Amino acid sequence: MAPVDKSKVPWWASNLIVPLVNLTLALLVSGLFIFIAGENPYEAVRLIIYGSFGYIEGFAYTLYYTTNFVFTGLAFAVAFHCRLFNIGGEGQAYIGGLGVFLVAINFSFLPVPIVWLLSIAGAVVFGAAWAFIPAYLQATRGSHVVITTIMFNFIAASLMVFLLVDVIRDTAQMGPHTVALPKEQWFPSFKDFAGLLGIKIRYSPLNISFLLAILASVFVWFLVWKTRWGYEMRAVGHNTQAAIYAGISPYKNIIIAMCISGGLAGLLGVNEILGVHHKIVAGFPAGYGFTGIAVALMGRNHPIGIFPAAFLFGILYQGGSEVTFDMPNITRYMFVAVQGVIILFSGALENLFRPQIESFFVNRLNIKASA
Amino acid sequence: MEFLSDIASLINSTLRISTPLVFAAMAGIFAERSGVIDFSLEGKMLMAAFVAAVGSYFLGNPWLGLLLAIIACVSLSMLHGFASVTYKGDQVVSCVAINILIIGLTTALAAAWFGQAGLTPTLNEDQRFLEVNLPFAESLRDVPIIGTIYSDILSGHYIFVYLAYLSVPLVFWVVFKTSFGLRLRAVGENPSAVDTAGINVFAMRYKALAINGVLIAFAGAHLSTAVNANFFREMSAGRGYLALAAMIFGKWHPKTALVACLLFGFTDALQIRLQGVELPAVGEIPVQLIQAIPYVLTVVLLAGFVGKAIAPNAIGQPYIKER
Repeated sequence: MAPVDKSKVPWWASNLIVPLVNLTLALLVSGLFIFIAGENPYEAVRLIIYGSFGYIEGFAYTLYYTTNFVFTGLAFAVAFHCRLFNIGGEGQAYIGGLGVFLVAINFSFLPVPIVWLLSIAGAVVFGAAWAFIPAYLQATRGSHVVITTIMFNFIAASLMVFLLVDVIRDTAQMGPHTVALPKEQWFPSFKDFAGLLGIKIRYSPLNISFLLAILASVFVWFLVWKTRWGYEMRAVGHNTQAAIYAGISPYKNIIIAMCISGGLAGLLGVNEILGVHHKIVAGFPAGYGFTGIAVALMGRNHPIGIFPAAFLFGILYQGGSEVTFDMPNITRYMFVAVQGVIILFSGALENLFRPQIESFFVNRLNIKASA
Repeated sequence: MEFLSDIASLINSTLRISTPLVFAAMAGIFAERSGVIDFSLEGKMLMAAFVAAVGSYFLGNPWLGLLLAIIACVSLSMLHGFASVTYKGDQVVSCVAINILIIGLTTALAAAWFGQAGLTPTLNEDQRFLEVNLPFAESLRDVPIIGTIYSDILSGHYIFVYLAYLSVPLVFWVVFKTSFGLRLRAVGENPSAVDTAGINVFAMRYKALAINGVLIAFAGAHLSTAVNANFFREMSAGRGYLALAAMIFGKWHPKTALVACLLFGFTDALQIRLQGVELPAVGEIPVQLIQAIPYVLTVVLLAGFVGKAIAPNAIGQPYIKER
């Protein structure tokens, strides 16, 4: 097939139609998995839609998951613009949560809004610090960031369990978790707001971190596309040699990109600790870091794409838990497999139908133009 | 004598623990020497462990389980090739997709088919591989030194342990002493030159990936049908990545990669030994920190001693044939 002139391809063909086709393929394959596991895929879809939209608390859960995926999706995307694969979102979020907790518990004498701001800063700094070592090693020693960030996930998990068991555990309780933060520090939840308006709803973990996710998206968009540094970083990612000739330091940009990425992943800890658990619970990142990879790739690494992609995964997670409730043969791991399929089709196999789709639309436009 | 038998058992477990790493590193050498990045060793090892355990459970024969594991891993390698060689997708993304897919799929299917949370049923003696006792191991046991080496260190391992160490010279021979190996390395270094010489770059990469799939299947089967008698969730526990680090540390060379694998195996064996032991001066080290040692070592090795590891020149780049 002859290559298509990229400039003639309408933007919606490559940025809307192609991802939708890939997503459809991924969901068809996922349906096959559900069939192999011995359940009815059509029924699963119905449950997913009911679970995520069917009632107000379900929808709130969907938005709560969306919040987490926006953070980890943005984290992966920022590093990816510098051609770095930050697979370590999981560990960075875990350590970021440690930052949130330590700041909140140690500065509890300050007014609450200031504690919140400091805790958010704590999440960013701790997450960034956990990404710094792999970044430094990649920049100076060429140690592949995929291996080092994966190792840092394992190390973070060991370190946190060690801290939760031996150092900061709530000794009055049995489980590996810390004491709860003072109640006034808890983020206002969606339920609280609904209560102010006189609407009584049941518990859901959705809280004002959702607004932070929107702010983070705007911040990433501005940083990557509207600042000089964002330009430099993309230049390094696109063509390192050319960037060096232009006087841009790949060393500096690799480290900054990874640290911002780690800081964004750390924000997951804000949602989980200030908003939901109000303490550190062992294993709270629960795979959100890995899901961020799928979210970013599906959203084509742009905040405008990442937000709907995160929402879609929110639907899959919340609807998925409805499915696992009603279908004994399906566990939440089925939806981990679904993520893998989505990464495969919208990341690795994104060129499967792209040339055909793009040339189809280019030809149609040509016919229109000549008519 | 106490000390001597301690050393012997430490070496014994080093050989056993290094086995999946050796298979995986050899598998990685084939893929990466041909110019295809393979982070999916982890996922393939997990897949092999699952398929071998399930296959052996239903068919009642561990060799059939191994055969199915080989088929599964070669299929995954072909999928990786399809995405990254034929369709020129990003190789790292393809690997990440395979790893996440397999973590989810194996656990989900184990739960769906056997109703236990990510576990497959325990295999009986007919369904798994047993330790192989070398000839005269019992009678030589009392001979000093030779007896210890032969009976306590070399004898009594699973068949995979012997196969792993035999695979190293074999891989060396194939990669460095045959014309196939020469082509393989050339495809990874300078694919357009190889293409000019009339060799099909894509076919070479697919062949390399097929061999990669066969080798990694042994690593997984070792985990679930020999050392353990079932599959459990995420049982590969990062070994695919450790092996890759060992391969990079070994500069994509079988012999040095073997040394690195043994180093990892030794650290892991030592780590198990140190759990719950009171050390002089430091006291008992918390078990969570001890378990992190192999991962820390990976980072240190990649950073410190490798310096700039020189990868095959064309690694990670899809080959685009000129028109």
